[in-house]
Amino acid sequence: MLEKKQLIIIKGTREGLTLFIDESCSFEEAVIELKDKIIASRPKRDEPLVSVKVKLGNRYLDEAQKDQIGKIIGGENRFIIHSIQSDVVRREDALRWQEDSEVKTINRIVRSGQVIEVNGDLLLVGDVNPGGKVSSTGNIYIMGSLQGIAHAGSDGDRDAFIAASYMNPSQLRIADYISRAPDYESDGVYMECGLIDETQDKIIIDRLQALPHKRKELSGFERRMQNG
Amino acid sequence: MGEAIVITSGKGGVGKTTTTANIGTALALMDKKVCLIDTDIGLRNLDVVMGLENRIIFDVVDVIQERCQLKQALIRDKRFEHLTLLPAAQTSDKDTLTTDGMKKIVAELKQEYDYIIIDCPAGIEQGFQNAIAGADRAIVVTTPEKSSVRDADRIIGLLEQTEMDPPTLVINRIRNHMMKNGDMLEVDEITQVLSIDLIGIVIDDDAVIKATNNGEPVAVHPNSKASIAYRNIARRILGETVPLQSLEEEKGMFQRVKRLFGMRS
Ligand SMILES: Nc1ncnc2c1ncn2[C@@H]1O[C@H](COP(=O)(O)OP(=O)(O)OP(=O)(O)O)[C@@H](O)[C@H]1O
Ligand SMILES: [Mg+2]
Repeated sequence: MLEKKQLIIIKGTREGLTLFIDESCSFEEAVIELKDKIIASRPKRDEPLVSVKVKLGNRYLDEAQKDQIGKIIGGENRFIIHSIQSDVVRREDALRWQEDSEVKTINRIVRSGQVIEVNGDLLLVGDVNPGGKVSSTGNIYIMGSLQGIAHAGSDGDRDAFIAASYMNPSQLRIADYISRAPDYESDGVYMECGLIDETQDKIIIDRLQALPHKRKELSGFERRMQNG
Repeated sequence: MGEAIVITSGKGGVGKTTTTANIGTALALMDKKVCLIDTDIGLRNLDVVMGLENRIIFDVVDVIQERCQLKQALIRDKRFEHLTLLPAAQTSDKDTLTTDGMKKIVAELKQEYDYIIIDCPAGIEQGFQNAIAGADRAIVVTTPEKSSVRDADRIIGLLEQTEMDPPTLVINRIRNHMMKNGDMLEVDEITQVLSIDLIGIVIDDDAVIKATNNGEPVAVHPNSKASIAYRNIARRILGETVPLQSLEEEKGMFQRVKRLFGMRS
């Protein structure tokens, strides 16, 4: 009789353990074997905590299943889960990512009291008047004058930025940062952008030409793919 | 078939009622059949500005609640045969006016009149919705102050969501010396932010207040600056191209000559 195929393979690395779960067996089979293997290899009480990366290959786990795996590995044991990685993405997730990374073009004036919210980048061809607001999960490009509020990276992306042909906003918001216009009357600036400066820990305004140096390559989509 | 124009502003006290009375009167001066409607229920003013207060028997709410015929509620102007006013109710419950009721009244008046000018209450609530319900287009009134322009912008945003033609703008109560000193927003600044067409500018003119107190719109006076401004707006409504009034005090021979030839700078 052939030796039974191993469903769970554990490899030690410098950072901790990597745990491979066979991608073709049933989830129940994998769970049974996982329980045994974990008990066999868990660190003793006096040993340090070990970080575990779980690799699923072409298997997709829903949140409940991830939870179950997490409980088995974490639980009473001295393991902590670093990540659970899968090579597959659900269709709806992929579509959402795509939507988040598209540029939405809107051609109108955003007047006082009006709000525009989009997923992804926003290209507004028109003005944002005082009292108007635009918000996007990605970057904001305004071909017109920004005199109201703009909020880029609205669900937390601190690398997002706001660019405008004429910039005289009442507020700029990026992720969880807010900056407001000074209390004295000020003239706006042409062709500038607002972005978070990590060292100063605040939103700064800079010439558009400075943007390529500060926000190199990555679109929101690429960042997401790399960070899983 | 006539045209219904609503005069609105968002902010209160910027000159909607004054503008309604004067545009209506100026159109009547040019032999148009005009009906003014006051939709500011509970705070009616238009009748006072027109000097018709004493003649009110029925009002717009009476018409809606069918206590009288539309024709019975219309008050004929003292000066012009074909100028009438449908007054607002002073006491009734505001909620009796509805968008459907307004649409019906305006539609009926359009059969009879060339222009229906509707005076809108301040604000953006039901009263505003009622006032714009039957209108074909809107004139937005603002003064050269930030808060007023901000509210005008809000109103324009709301008007753009309706099927009406794009609204046009009146800038009222301009004080030339303040504009020059930069203490007031400039005409260009305002039109740039609001980006709608300007249909007229009216200076802050004592003659307006004097006339109002006498119960006659300033537009009946031949010479005051505000009167000319309102008559110019009326001409633009009729489709004429009239250059904007100069804000400068008129002086010198050349200006007077131009005036003789009927040109205005
Ligand atoms: N061009 C002008 N020059 C001087 N005074 C003016 C001018 N326009 C309006 N006024 C004055 O301003 C005051 C407010 O005007 P009006 O009643 O027309 O405003 P409104 O927008 O109808 O106000 P409400 O929102 O209360 O209905 C009045 O006393 C009027 O006489
Ligand atoms: Mg009024």
